[in-house]
Amino acid sequence: MGMEQRIQTHPILTPEERNRVRLAWEGSDCFAYEGETISAALFANGVRVFGHHIKDQSPQGIYCANGQCAQCTVLADGLPVKACMTLVKEGMVIEPANALPELPETSASSFTAVETIEVECLVIGGGPAGLSAVDELGKLGVSVLLVDDKHRLGGKLVLQTHRFFGSINACYAGTRGIDIATKLEGLVRDHPSVEIWLDSTALAVFSDGLVGILKQGNEYALVRPKTLLVAAGAREKSLIFQGNTLPGVYGAGAFQTLVNRDMVKASNRLFVVGGGNVGLIAAYHALQAGIEVAGLVEAMPKCGGYKVHRDKLARFGVPIMTSHTVLSANGDGQVESVTVAAIDENWNPIPGTEKQFACDTVLVAVGLDPVDEFYHKAAEYGMQVFAAGDAEEIAEASAAIYSGKIKGHDIAAELGYLEATSTEEWAEIAEVLKSKPGAVILEDTHPIEPGVVKPIFHCNEEIPCNPCTSVCPQGLIFIEPEDIRLVPKYIADEIGKECIACNKCITICPGLAITLVDARKEGDPLVTIPYEFGPGAIEKGDMVTVVDIEGKALGQVQVERVRLTRASDRTALVQVHASDSMAPRIAGIMVQDLEPESKIQLTERITDETIVCRCERVTLQEIKDLIAAGSRDINEIKGLTRAGMGACGGKTCQPLIQRAFRELGISPDEVTLNVPRPLFVEVEMGVFAGAGDE
Amino acid sequence: MSKLTYDVIIVGAGSIGAPTAYFLAQAGLQVLVVDKHPSVGQGCNKAAIGGIRATHSDPAKIHLGQESIRVFSTWKEEHGDDIEWIAGGYSFVAYREQEERTLRNLLVIQKEHGLNIDWYDKEEFLEIVPALNPNGLIGGTYSSEDGSASPMRSALAFYRHAKSLGARFHFGETVTGLALANGKVVGVCTNKETYYSQVVINAAGAAASQVAAMAGVDVPIEPDSHEAGITEPVAPFIKPMLVDIRPTIDSANYYFYQHATGQIAFCITPNPPIKGTDRRETSVFLPQVSRRMVDLVPKLRHIKVRRTWRGLYPMTPDGFPIVGWAKEVEGLLLAVGMCGQGYMLGPGVGVLLTHIIQDSISSEEKDVLAHLRPDRHYAGQEQLK
Repeated sequence: MGMEQRIQTHPILTPEERNRVRLAWEGSDCFAYEGETISAALFANGVRVFGHHIKDQSPQGIYCANGQCAQCTVLADGLPVKACMTLVKEGMVIEPANALPELPETSASSFTAVETIEVECLVIGGGPAGLSAVDELGKLGVSVLLVDDKHRLGGKLVLQTHRFFGSINACYAGTRGIDIATKLEGLVRDHPSVEIWLDSTALAVFSDGLVGILKQGNEYALVRPKTLLVAAGAREKSLIFQGNTLPGVYGAGAFQTLVNRDMVKASNRLFVVGGGNVGLIAAYHALQAGIEVAGLVEAMPKCGGYKVHRDKLARFGVPIMTSHTVLSANGDGQVESVTVAAIDENWNPIPGTEKQFACDTVLVAVGLDPVDEFYHKAAEYGMQVFAAGDAEEIAEASAAIYSGKIKGHDIAAELGYLEATSTEEWAEIAEVLKSKPGAVILEDTHPIEPGVVKPIFHCNEEIPCNPCTSVCPQGLIFIEPEDIRLVPKYIADEIGKECIACNKCITICPGLAITLVDARKEGDPLVTIPYEFGPGAIEKGDMVTVVDIEGKALGQVQVERVRLTRASDRTALVQVHASDSMAPRIAGIMVQDLEPESKIQLTERITDETIVCRCERVTLQEIKDLIAAGSRDINEIKGLTRAGMGACGGKTCQPLIQRAFRELGISPDEVTLNVPRPLFVEVEMGVFAGAGDE
Repeated sequence: MSKLTYDVIIVGAGSIGAPTAYFLAQAGLQVLVVDKHPSVGQGCNKAAIGGIRATHSDPAKIHLGQESIRVFSTWKEEHGDDIEWIAGGYSFVAYREQEERTLRNLLVIQKEHGLNIDWYDKEEFLEIVPALNPNGLIGGTYSSEDGSASPMRSALAFYRHAKSLGARFHFGETVTGLALANGKVVGVCTNKETYYSQVVINAAGAAASQVAAMAGVDVPIEPDSHEAGITEPVAPFIKPMLVDIRPTIDSANYYFYQHATGQIAFCITPNPPIKGTDRRETSVFLPQVSRRMVDLVPKLRHIKVRRTWRGLYPMTPDGFPIVGWAKEVEGLLLAVGMCGQGYMLGPGVGVLLTHIIQDSISSEEKDVLAHLRPDRHYAGQEQLK
């Protein structure tokens, strides 16, 4: 096994210098990096089948990569652990989980009592919402305990290499997610009243008002908070289709974790299901990591994510198929291809429209559900509880920042640190940031007059974003400050100033949707195009295919110059000459030119298994048969099939079971939901016992 | 028979109601079961961890336990449903002389009633349960015919077979009153309908007192709550249910076993008891039970806890169930106050109730009923609650 599955160069991320550690996987030596997870190490070594399910020997691999399911379980030094949450250690012996684990021989323990801690506010989750709330609380001197289950703060921001939307003044727009994480972390670390526990998972909210925490992975603590803020983020929705549990089918978050956090080349060829922002951005991240994107399907007639994200992908050469769904993931033991089809207005696949794409990975990005169990339990138990960010309402990270700030003040008011809150202005900003995309405006593609230089905005859908307006030193770009959702207007004529070709608007645009056309010199105008595929990906003299806003090829042109400056922050500026008429229409450069699918030989291995409960391997058919036989209580279905009794506690299957009811025409009013029980994740009994070596 | 009139109406489709419906339907009776929950076993049946024993301290429960084991252990063979029965046995452990004495004393009556149980000294006992902490271990009892099964699967099996024999189940229907005429119970009123029958069985578990009160009958039941949990599955390493009856400052006994799935299911008895019907999880349970379990079986230190919940034990003053006709009113048959053992006693109770209604009780059953009759003095005290 070699180290070939690492990302060696990346346009945005720099691989850290880390010490190597030696591991054994199935008896063979392999290498990993200190501080990385077992799952990252295995992927880097080309392993993505981590074990086989005891019920049917089906292959198991990564699914959530977020510590929520237990799909990635392996045996590390004899103990079953989640590969995605457990860090490698020198000399670690890792084996696939293929059978029930044997508990290791253990001598008698000594016991220490569980520590109980009182705080004014406990915050679960250190993502954009949690960190923003903690910053506000910290400024007011409130004693806060912030717990987060990951090894670093930032939540999903740490996976986001792209620049953020929104407004520069309000929410770091134009800054990359990874850098926002660092800024927010810096803010909370400055407050003396804030204590932070990383690698610490909230396990349960109890009726006696205490919250159980797995502290730093190996100790149990009970926290009695005066107020509780649940900022636990979201989990990805799952999808029911044939072969949906084959290794290689996983969520966009898992993919971003492997690629952007762990810098593992998790795939060579990817297919994306879902055209919301999550799927669109994950596909872009794949391309940046040197991974081909074979295509993307979206069930709706239009992608739900921002048009700039969608257009950007189309420009890079990713086939985007709307009104399409995934029929099956196919392969022998892992994903080798995917079958998709067009759907009619009733969401039924249209026979004859099936298409297969070769790929090794199918990303499922079909929306998010709030992680709000703790909120509901605490509310039921009469605690002073608040929710912020995705745990409250699924929205962009920028909106989560505001939701966190607002809840921070609400909590401070509850605790008496503020007499009253005045968060209306923040609430208005949050509302704007949460806005769904609005109208699409026709793009102005008139030829540029000779002697003129100006930016062209390939940004023609109303979304909450305005960093371009704040960076123009001449003030030539205008978006109504009252409503940053409007598209930018170029107002050089109105104010009588001229563009100085500083390129600042090009590099700050999160959508890579601004180009500069310079017709000041004789001959064809010079077009400057933002490009984020790293140094060396494109060079002077290369022939490239330039494309219009939605990815239609305009022609081949030669690269004149590639500039990568400190100010452009990892966004390269590529310059090409193009004709008067073509120049304003150029919005990007194609980066992948895929073989037509008809030329690809596919081996067809379609499984007929469609799994609803992946922990206990319960099929859709089993669930539907019980519903058809009259079951209306999900607890009864659980008793009969074990769906929801597995390691993940029903996090994945419960929404799918509810969906099965809807598909069979059963009203939600008739259905009794599964009763949620502690624990949030499985934890060793010795941790609760306070067991140590005697 | 009209759709509103039945031979027997059972209030409660739980640990007692479900098997009873099955045995009554099997005897050819028209049965209606009414339950406020949306499906079978959703009260405290599903809160049981699944232990099944005949190893009790008195002839009545020994008899019911033996009957139950006969039903559970042959169910798959006879009916096909896998209720996950395993004859793993029960072991009561002794680390102190007090417990050794209690357990040895009980052996006399247990053996007298045909239980296959014995005392084993430390070394022999460790052969049966090698995972036990040997420090301070004196020995313990082992009864090989006891075992375990899945409460939920059992309830569903009884329900399914009762239904196929013609029993009717009305879920999501709350009993609001008992219909009385001339001092007799003649039916059951629910939030939807009134149903008629000459026999109404109160199998309402923790709500049994309220149901009995609807006919002016006072049954001395006070529920208390116990928390329970289950782990991830691991390779088999514990055969019997382990019961440790040593009290500590905040808990009485605790017990756990390895289920057919490989999971360890566990439960503890708080001391003093937590009375009432609160079923919400508390922060006390896991540290309390884990410490005792890891101390008893050190290997458990590394097993992962998956889920916890809390159930109710409908307790009677003496710790024994109440089975028999209510004295105050005709037509009301009580099968209540199972003291947390409804699941393991359920099939035995179901058989007994069927014999009562058919008027075909054996002399042995007569003794059982004498012991469990509603109008007893509640003076004794069950020693292996």
